[in-house]
Amino acid sequence: MGYFLQQLINGLTLGMIYGLIAIGYTMVYGIIGMINFAHGEIFMIGAFIAFIAFLALGLIGIGWVPLALLIVLVATMLLTSAYGWALERVAYRPLRHSPRLAALITAIGMSIFLQNYVQLLQGARVKPLQPVVTGGVRFFETGEFAVAFSFLQMVIIVITLGLMLGFTLLINRTALGRAQRACQQDLGMASLVGINVDRTIALTFVLGASLASVAGLMFLLNYGVIDFYIGFQAGIKAFTAAVLGGIGSIPGAMLGGLLIGLIEAFWSAYFSVEYKDVATFAILILVLIFRPTGLLGKPDVEKV
Amino acid sequence: MNPLLSVEHLTMRFGGLVAVDNVSFDAPATSITAVIGPNGAGKTTVFNCLTGFYKPTSGCMRLRHPAHSEFLLERMEGHAIPAKAGVARTFQNIRLFPGMSVLENLLVAQHNVLMRASGYTIGALLGVGGYAAAERRAIDRARYWLERVRLTDRADADAGSLPYGAQRRLEIVRAMCTGPVMLCLDEPAAGLNPRESAELNELLTVIRDEHRVTLLLIEHDMSVVMEISDHIVVLDYGRKISEGPPAAVRNDPKVIRAYLGEEMEEDEEARP
Repeated sequence: MGYFLQQLINGLTLGMIYGLIAIGYTMVYGIIGMINFAHGEIFMIGAFIAFIAFLALGLIGIGWVPLALLIVLVATMLLTSAYGWALERVAYRPLRHSPRLAALITAIGMSIFLQNYVQLLQGARVKPLQPVVTGGVRFFETGEFAVAFSFLQMVIIVITLGLMLGFTLLINRTALGRAQRACQQDLGMASLVGINVDRTIALTFVLGASLASVAGLMFLLNYGVIDFYIGFQAGIKAFTAAVLGGIGSIPGAMLGGLLIGLIEAFWSAYFSVEYKDVATFAILILVLIFRPTGLLGKPDVEKV
Repeated sequence: MNPLLSVEHLTMRFGGLVAVDNVSFDAPATSITAVIGPNGAGKTTVFNCLTGFYKPTSGCMRLRHPAHSEFLLERMEGHAIPAKAGVARTFQNIRLFPGMSVLENLLVAQHNVLMRASGYTIGALLGVGGYAAAERRAIDRARYWLERVRLTDRADADAGSLPYGAQRRLEIVRAMCTGPVMLCLDEPAAGLNPRESAELNELLTVIRDEHRVTLLLIEHDMSVVMEISDHIVVLDYGRKISEGPPAAVRNDPKVIRAYLGEEMEEDEEARP
């Protein structure tokens, strides 16, 4: 029981990180029908910006953890959003009306470019960070085993839930969210009711990047080490999460992220760590065989 | 009367095909101008030029906005045409946002007003500023139009689930929610039964007379065209062959020839 609960907590934490990245994939796909393969790199850049921000705060001497976290969170979101915006502006917007394959190749190219860019600027070596949030609570103590719920995991879960709630409100309640959903359904028509489609797409990238950057920050806090290559693995997992939940569906991305996190945690715990990716992708394949549109995806309605 | 829209020497070429060939016409303000002609005459292409879907090969489209100065539509970006110049349109094959509710379809059409009021979203998320009030006004406006076309009880239904006639009406009132000075309707009566068609005529007259909007209309249904239009432009093979009030156009030999000449199957469409 205690062991199960521990894996549940671990899986949820991991799933939250995947979910945050997956939202970016799913939103961009929903709006322009393109898989932004550079999104994992945006996540990685977020982690690096957070890392640098922590070091800078350490230099200035801001040591109170909640304040430091808040500053790093805001700084990371803002700066990474700028990367997301620039990515769309420089690499994708000029290709808006070209064949999908061109955009896809560009996305892969941007992904490689951003990896190398960070590698050149920051070096290839792994960057370790001292644990920032320490401590936690222990319960279900039975003999040698106890369930540990660290404060860090709580922070991750609370911040992610808060962001997802805010984000859901944004999509469902505000004019911007409404415009995004309209663009998702019919770009041309959205433009004809006066929506600035280019700006809406740019904002979608900004929103996706800011969520991914928070995931990057959490990854950094959770694992304590980052390098320029972390975006690839996390990106593929989050993309899988988006497909599993139904690409184009935002609740689907959150759900898919959580599921992938849980599957990984439980599989590693009860079977073997080596094969956790196999398990994840096997489940993805099974879901896609029986529900090709993913768990919460709607079948593509033919536009008449 | 001062024309709201002047189309001057509009030409649209696709490779070797000249879809619209040196067409000029005026749409008088707060009136209904019908653009008619056999299939493939270039009517929809004119609309696509007006609403920024195509950039015309040459020519100029001058819109004299009553509240602003003059807009040259061919120089404007796609989304600015409805947002700034106040030109809205509907489609021959209806283009609603099918997965959004009926009410949301009308709210999304008021996007720019709401976006400004929301302080570009930040205010809306924090619940400050005039966003709540602006949203209430937007909903009131939507409600007015829903009542007008008897769709109030379907406000929360998905737009895509409405019956065909209702979708047509919704598309027209959605265009009205953008606050246009000119509304371009591409075959609004297509697929409507006679009763719905009569209702449509009434709706269009209300839009012209009460809301002072200039209407530009592509229509094949001559009962609609002759009954409500104030001014008719006839196109054939991309050229304007006639223009004038309904009575004059109806008896124009060139128009009769275009409709009856070679294509006998267009017969019943030409008969008023």
